[in-house]
Amino acid sequence: MTLVSTHALTAFYGDFQALFGIDFELAEGEVAAVIGANGAGKSTFLRSIAGANSADAGAVRLAGAPVGGLGAPRMARLGVSLVPEGRRLFPSLSVEENLLVGRSTGRVGPWTLERLYRLFPRLEERRAAPALQLSGGEQQMAAIGRALMGNPRLLLCDELSLGLAPVVIKSIYETIPQLAREGVTLVIVEQDIGIALGVAQRVTCLQHGRVSLSGAPAGLTREQISAAYFGH
Amino acid sequence: MLAEWTNTIVQGVLLGGLYGMFAMGLSLIWGVMRLVNIAHGDFILLGAYVALVFGETAGLHPLAALPLVAAAMALLGYALQRGVLNRTLGKGLLPPLLVTFGLSVVVQNLLLQAFSADSQALRAEGLTTASLQLGESLAVGWFPLGVFASALLMGLGLQFLFARTAFGRKLRATSDDHETVQLLGVDEKRMYALAMALAFALMAVAGVLLGMRTSFAPTDGPANLLFAFEAVVIGGLGSFWGTFAGGVILGVAHAVGFRLDPGWGLLVGHFVFLAVLLFKPEGLFPRTR
Amino acid sequence: MSAVRVERATRASRIAAAGAGLVLVAGISLPWWSDAGTMRLAVEFFCFLVMAQMWNLLAGYGGLVSIGQQAYLGLGGYLLFALANHAGLNPFLCVPLAGVFAALVALPTAKLVFRLRGGYFAIGTWAVAEVFRLLLANVSMFGGGSGQSLRAMAAIPRATREPLAYWFALAAAVAAVAGVYWLLRSRHGLALTAIRDSETAAASQGIDVAFTQYWVYVVSAAGFGVVGALYYMNILRISPNAAFDVNWTAYVIFIVVIGGIGTIEGPILGTILFFVLRETLAGFGAWYLIALGAIAVVTMLYFPGGIWGAVQQRYELHLFPVRRWLRKA
Repeated sequence: MTLVSTHALTAFYGDFQALFGIDFELAEGEVAAVIGANGAGKSTFLRSIAGANSADAGAVRLAGAPVGGLGAPRMARLGVSLVPEGRRLFPSLSVEENLLVGRSTGRVGPWTLERLYRLFPRLEERRAAPALQLSGGEQQMAAIGRALMGNPRLLLCDELSLGLAPVVIKSIYETIPQLAREGVTLVIVEQDIGIALGVAQRVTCLQHGRVSLSGAPAGLTREQISAAYFGH
Repeated sequence: MLAEWTNTIVQGVLLGGLYGMFAMGLSLIWGVMRLVNIAHGDFILLGAYVALVFGETAGLHPLAALPLVAAAMALLGYALQRGVLNRTLGKGLLPPLLVTFGLSVVVQNLLLQAFSADSQALRAEGLTTASLQLGESLAVGWFPLGVFASALLMGLGLQFLFARTAFGRKLRATSDDHETVQLLGVDEKRMYALAMALAFALMAVAGVLLGMRTSFAPTDGPANLLFAFEAVVIGGLGSFWGTFAGGVILGVAHAVGFRLDPGWGLLVGHFVFLAVLLFKPEGLFPRTR
Repeated sequence: MSAVRVERATRASRIAAAGAGLVLVAGISLPWWSDAGTMRLAVEFFCFLVMAQMWNLLAGYGGLVSIGQQAYLGLGGYLLFALANHAGLNPFLCVPLAGVFAALVALPTAKLVFRLRGGYFAIGTWAVAEVFRLLLANVSMFGGGSGQSLRAMAAIPRATREPLAYWFALAAAVAAVAGVYWLLRSRHGLALTAIRDSETAAASQGIDVAFTQYWVYVVSAAGFGVVGALYYMNILRISPNAAFDVNWTAYVIFIVVIGGIGTIEGPILGTILFFVLRETLAGFGAWYLIALGAIAVVTMLYFPGGIWGAVQQRYELHLFPVRRWLRKA
């Protein structure tokens, strides 16, 4: 079943157009990777789905229903959670308090603090620490955890690898297939193409706000991806 | 001599509890949404007038009317934030200040129109004059003591709310990062309105207690704002206990000043405020963020 | 590419300049064709115009909302009384001196209040005004809380002092408008406009934001000081509660917000509107202020540019152009 789809999605920042009609589709339980150079519109794409950027009503559909332009709080309560670029944990809250705020969607589901701590044991060790005292990787785990606490159907991850060491990136990406098995559909925006293709069933490449390539990773060559990414 | 000065200082401390109460509402709103409500003092006064109306029409004792006044004011605060003040946020410095200044003028003059410029007082016979004898020459009024205790309770309550409840967590998160908090399902506009409703409830309590303690007139609003503001600056931004301490210091300054010379009473308070601003602008008990 | 030139005037501004010249001539000659009452009203009008320009400079360009400029108005007024009543100085000489005095007091005061930011800065300026009010209410030489009358003016014959007071006020108003206009057309004006638009961006361009805000505050104080002397020379009686009343700021805010903040035309328009409203709503007491406050709130919420802002947006009308346009040569 298609969980999320976009149709001719456009997005603007004031007068600047960031997306020029993006078509996208993802079935429930699948993992999609969205890649592209800086400024290609990847973050804008995620934000539009999450409701953080305004969109036409029919441009974004969740399980068939038009949800474009509903706004981020509504979308979160409908089960679309965005893990924002740069983590953006709340500085004056502890790790556990950050996770607890994630419950604000009011959604019922399998994710509890205990379950989260089983997935990310490091967070339990540091639960009382001020959020920003954690290392980059731990903060990323906390940000993912915070979004999971909302029991989302669709998890959007923006640049999980940003600023992290390869070893840490690897350990975080090991949890992605686990999440998929637990029933979470994921869209991952990633700069690190290799690791993104390793977890995704679908890959979409954006270039200057347009889709330049789309398909299953297995069926795409490095040359095709490179061409789509850089545009030659 | 010493006993008289001790008495003065004790009165000042108790008075400071009321100032701390004024300041908590101001500090709460600034903490959550970086908004300074210039009509703060006028709304405190509104609380006293609402209690007055309850007293005159329904014969309610001010303390009995207190929960009703708090509820009414909370509703007003919610509506005000949702309808008017939310529109001023995120648009720069001028709109919130100018709009709340306009509101201050409107509220003051509405009160003037409705109640005339005469001084009023909330009647609570006996309660406000009874006193507790401590030692030979020190007598402490039950009422000022009660106000002080209420202020302490208020501070403890706010502390608990912010540190231990889900609502408090959401408020802190909204104050930290109002964009990200929306991604988690929190409606920031609603959060601000609820915070303002809470602040208005606190202001209602302060207003009723003020009205029981002393006589009041529609033009007293700005003075309340100034005291609240000076308490916040003296105590330091970022902590309710700092604000409370600031209120107590201001109260003592006023008490000492009035004892020295009635014309200089308020000035001593202002000088303490200016001195703190000059030598320790972050306040005496700031909490770094 | 065709040649272009930089222009600083518009057709409307040229017409307006001609019109202003006519108005000025009419203004200067006023004492000869009108009565004492009109002159007194005109003095009041000019006072508010100067205050509006000063407050607009501070808030609309400097980004500083002060609700305590009445501190300097009161100081200016009391300096007049101090020098004229008690030191025997010619009251008219006191007018510029009041401005200088206010500026001198503003210098250290600014250092103090600038430690506060935003809303707390606004209340801080109000606290300062309160301090001055209480201090002066305790000085018996000035009649304490009930104030005193300007005896020194009685020594000058009415036929001289009334037109003279009027011309001083007119001169102050012209100086304020012209001064602000000149300032905004200069590079200091560019700095101010940059600060108004974005403090951080301005700072990153090398503008010393703090210093600019500092002297704007001092200039604004001087303006209010001059108005204080002019106003109380006109009504002849001062008291602390009147001189340091926060309603001064309330009126000025109304004028600037509704007229159009951040423009030169706005305060002029706002002052005219204010006086028209005052004369027409005179009998309504507190409702007048309620209406004023409500209109200011609504304007700020829905028409942040005020009346002139709306006109400017719609018609691209600039009577006091401070920008530069690129036109084909």
